[in-house]
Formats: sequence, structure tokens, C-alpha cells
Amino acid sequence: MEGSAAFLREQIQATLSSRYEAAFFTKKMVGETLPSVVGEIPRGALTEIAGPASSGRTSLLYSLLATVSSKQEFCTLLDIEDTFDPESAAAAGVRLSQVLWVRCGGNVEHALKSADMLSQGGGFGLVAIDLGDTPEKIVRRIPLAAWFRLRHAVENTRISLVVVAQQIHAHSCSALKIELGQRRTRWRGRFFGCLLDGFETAAQCVRNHRTQEHRFTISR
Amino acid sequence: MLACLYAPGNLPLLMECAGHFSPLIEETSADTVVFDIRGLRWIYGTPEQIASEIQRRVGVPANLALASNPDAAVHAARGIRGVTILPARHEAAILAPLPIYLLGGSPEFARTLDLWGIRTFGEFANLPPRGVVARMGEEGVHMQQLAHGAGRRRLRLRVDPLAFRQKQDLEESIGLLEPLLFLLSRILNELCERLRFHGRFTNEIRLCLKLERASDHTATIRLPVPMLDSGVLLKLLQLELTDRPPQAPIQRIELELLPVEPRTTQHGLFLPASPEPEKLEITLARIRGMVGAGNVGAPEPVNTHRSDAFRMRSLGTAKGATPPPHLKLAFRRFRPPCPAKVWCTHYGKPARIFSAKGEGSIVACAGPWRTSGDWWTSRVWNYQEWDVEIQSVGVSRIYQDHLRGEWFIEGNYD
Repeated sequence: MEGSAAFLREQIQATLSSRYEAAFFTKKMVGETLPSVVGEIPRGALTEIAGPASSGRTSLLYSLLATVSSKQEFCTLLDIEDTFDPESAAAAGVRLSQVLWVRCGGNVEHALKSADMLSQGGGFGLVAIDLGDTPEKIVRRIPLAAWFRLRHAVENTRISLVVVAQQIHAHSCSALKIELGQRRTRWRGRFFGCLLDGFETAAQCVRNHRTQEHRFTISR
Repeated sequence: MLACLYAPGNLPLLMECAGHFSPLIEETSADTVVFDIRGLRWIYGTPEQIASEIQRRVGVPANLALASNPDAAVHAARGIRGVTILPARHEAAILAPLPIYLLGGSPEFARTLDLWGIRTFGEFANLPPRGVVARMGEEGVHMQQLAHGAGRRRLRLRVDPLAFRQKQDLEESIGLLEPLLFLLSRILNELCERLRFHGRFTNEIRLCLKLERASDHTATIRLPVPMLDSGVLLKLLQLELTDRPPQAPIQRIELELLPVEPRTTQHGLFLPASPEPEKLEITLARIRGMVGAGNVGAPEPVNTHRSDAFRMRSLGTAKGATPPPHLKLAFRRFRPPCPAKVWCTHYGKPARIFSAKGEGSIVACAGPWRTSGDWWTSRVWNYQEWDVEIQSVGVSRIYQDHLRGEWFIEGNYD
């Protein structure tokens, strides 16, 4: 019954969304917070966020999780190296009860399989794979076919598949690539009264072979 | 005809005995059981023969009374030792010598009878009914009827809680998963049909397999939402048995589904789609099989100052206010924290760090912040934290464990 209701809803949305866009979630997504930073994240496609440590990639991921979960949608985070910090995510506005956190214990294969299964099942607004602390030599071993398979799994669905890593790996499989690089760490105060204030970050977004530069500040 | 058994401290035996003779049983009190014995005369014969059969069956010293109404049977069983048979219309004569306190009633009623000098059922039954009504009201009339042995109430039947359990003894032991699943499928179908008939769903599956020359293999699957799809339940059992197979051939299968109220959810047509519970549960069972049961779920912070304190819950829609989404400095936690060697300046500030996660000079730092807690348990902690920017590595949070005197990198700001 529930399945058929979901199917009906999908059909009605597909038919009417062009005429009554405000009433539906369209294929383009995400967020009130992101457009000014990197633009919209596409649904039904793969997005890659890459950058070294302390470049702001996790802040961007948490912001995406917060935006999607605030719309009463469910999200999945496939955490390969078990680095997700629920406290920090909650502070960024993530509704933790709507986030399925899968701790993969360093096994990339388990994460990819889980992502595939969860994408096939449907019903999630965002499926994120966090490869941010996984050694590059391991991530490079993921065959391009695996990325194609994942892209295919989310095609024509409402799922945004987001991969966070140190470098871009999926290449032509991803519809949007965001490469981050930290420019400066901001500190406030001096000596023992000094406090970490945030980062100044530069993002290079590649969408449809067009590159855009963005600079933004992530505050604490 | 009704029978009453009275034996202080032996309720389970009384219930078992009553259950042997009749399905219509009233558990009157902790030492008294009344049950319907109509129709037993076709099996055992006269009331005396029925009584002797019940006495033989009960197995412990118990008072037994047979009467045409439950109250008369209860009073006779409580007041007269051994077997008492109260023929119809002769109850009053048999009950007459019983002490009046067996009649029960409110404390005020008992006090009034005591003031009047009434000591037995017979004395109370012989009082003029009009006078009793005038002085004691409705309660007096009812009690006088009971003293006459003329109560007219029905049995308050004991209702067994619904149990959806099925056992199957196997003629030949099963060693493979496929034939076991075939049998489980049949049992599940029957149990689900029974649940559907009673308008119930299930949220817990309990499986117990009796094994050959090994201890029982048990499995409990708790479902986040009530379900009634035998196919889904079978799949969950299959995944559980694949992950944790029985260690010996199976001799007997016991399967129980815990009944709960069906789930009632009103879905909005234009609300975002959420995963189908049945499908999601199967997917999660598969993922749990790969990464471990404790590694899948929705995190929930625990009310403590200890860092990295959370527990896993099942997915659900958030209730209550949460801060609006915004881009905020996030933290990536290392689990377990990465041990490090830290060189400090004369002022105690970290100056250089060596660890598996990177090494280098510390170009800026903020701190220290002291945290401690749980000193009343064995999980005491006492840390001194710093935020540090390590040259060409990133910005990290490090801490010194004062109890062990060691440094650790807790995680990175990212």
C-alpha cells in the first residue's frame, strides 16, 4: 500500500512538477545555504567534494546533510574511517534522527555495496560516502566501473549521491566536482586569549565542463 | 454446575487442575479458583464422582465445593474442609454455620453486623429482608442473597494473552539452511495469518532451534516498525541465520511473533518520500551483516560532557526544534584518538608534534581547556585540550591525558 502510494506520488510529481514547480521538489536541489557558496547540488547524479584535510569539505558535507534533513528527508552517511562527529553535525543543523550512519570500519568495498543497496531501495534524499581520511592508494583502486554503477543506481531518482575524498576520482561519472583548498586559518585574539575562528576556503566547481571559482569563509 | 478449589499458596496447581477440566476458569483470588463443570457428568458421572476425580487430579490438600453458583461454591470451599457438594435449593442450610467474615463486604457492613451480634451466615440470612434494606441499603440485600447461597453472577473468565507461537518437532534433523527456510516459511505464513485474523502486526521475531548434542540456538529480531509481511520476516530470518548459522543439525523449531497494534501512519501526498520500512529493514539487515550490528543506525548524543558520547537508534523523523542549517566549522573525529608526541615551549604551549596522522611545527594554537568527569566511576577522564594549526597538515584538536601523561590527536577541523 505504502509502495503504491509512493509510486502514485512519483507519477503525479513527474506529470505536474513542470506546471506547479513550487509544490514539488524538482530534480535540482539543495539548499538555502549552499547556492551562495558552490551552487546547487544535483539530484539523481553523483557529486564529488575533494580537498585536503582542513579544507572545509566536512563542513560542506554537514551543511548538505542539514539542508536535506531539514526538509524532512532521510540521509545516509557511509563513513569509511569512522570520523563522523554527531555533536558537530548537530551544531550545524543536521537532524541526527534522520541520518542513517553506517560505520564501515575502513572497508571501502562495504561502503560501495551499502551505497548501491541503499540507492536501489530509494526513499533517501542524500547518500554520502565519506572517503576523506581513507588512504589515497586505496581509493585509487576503486575501478571506474564502480563509480558508473553508483551513478546508474541514482539516475532518475531523487537521491543526491555525494562523495567526499581527498582527490577527484570518479571523473566523468560525476555531474559536479567541487575541489576545495584552504587559503588561511582565521584566529581571533592573541597569546593565551587566542581562539580558532574558522577557515577561508577557495572552491573550484566544475559543472558541465565549466569551471567556477568561489571563495567563502567557514566560521566556528 | 461450578466447582471451586481453595488451597492457600497453590494457585498454579489449582489453575492447572482447573484447566484440565474446563476452559472456563475464574481466578477469584490468589488461593481460589472457580471453573465450570457442566457436561462433566457425561464423562465422570454423578457430582460425587466428579468431585473425587478433581480431588485426585489436584494433587495437594485442597478444599473443593460444587455448587450451582460461583459465590456459594467459593464460600463453601473457603469455610468447609474437604469436599462439599451443595445441591440446588439446599445451599442456605449448608452455608448457615459458616462464620460471617467469609461473606466479605465493606468494613462498614462488617462493623454493623458485629454490633448487631450476627456471627454466622445463617443468622444473617434469617434477618427480615425489609429491615436489612432499610438499614443497609442495596449492599445488605446483595449480601443476604449470598448468605442464602443464591448469588447470580457469571464467571469472570481468565483471558489468556494472545500468543503467536508455533513449535515443530522434526522427524529427521536438518543440517542445511534451505530446508529450514522452507519450514520457517510455512510456520511464518500460518502465524501471519493468525495475526491478520486478530488484527495485529508484529515487531519482534523470536526463533529457538533445538540442536543435536548442542545448546539451543536462539535469535531475536526486533523490528523498528510493526510489520505483517511473511516474505519480509522470512528474509530477515534468512539473513540472521546466514550471518549466525546454527552449529549443529536442528531437531526442533520454535518460532514466536510478538503481537502489537498495527502501525497507523498518515502520509502526506506532497511530503518527501521516505524509505519503505520493510524494504529498508531488509537492506539494513544486509548491511549489518557486512559491517556489524552496532555500526548501523541514527546517532543520538548522550547527555554527558564526555567527548564522543553517542548511542545508535533506529531512523525516525526528528521532533522538536533543531538549529537551521548553516555552514559551520565541522570536526572529523579519529576513533580511536591518534597517539602523538608533543614538544612544548617554556610557557607550556605545544610547539611541535609527531604522530601517524602527520608531523610538523605548530604555527598557531588556542587553549588550553581543561575537561574532566566521571571521577565517581572507573571511566574517569581528565584532559587538557588545545586547538593547533600544524604546518602543512591542517588544524587539529589535541589533548593531553593527565591521568596517563600522554598526548593524543582527537581529530581535525575540516
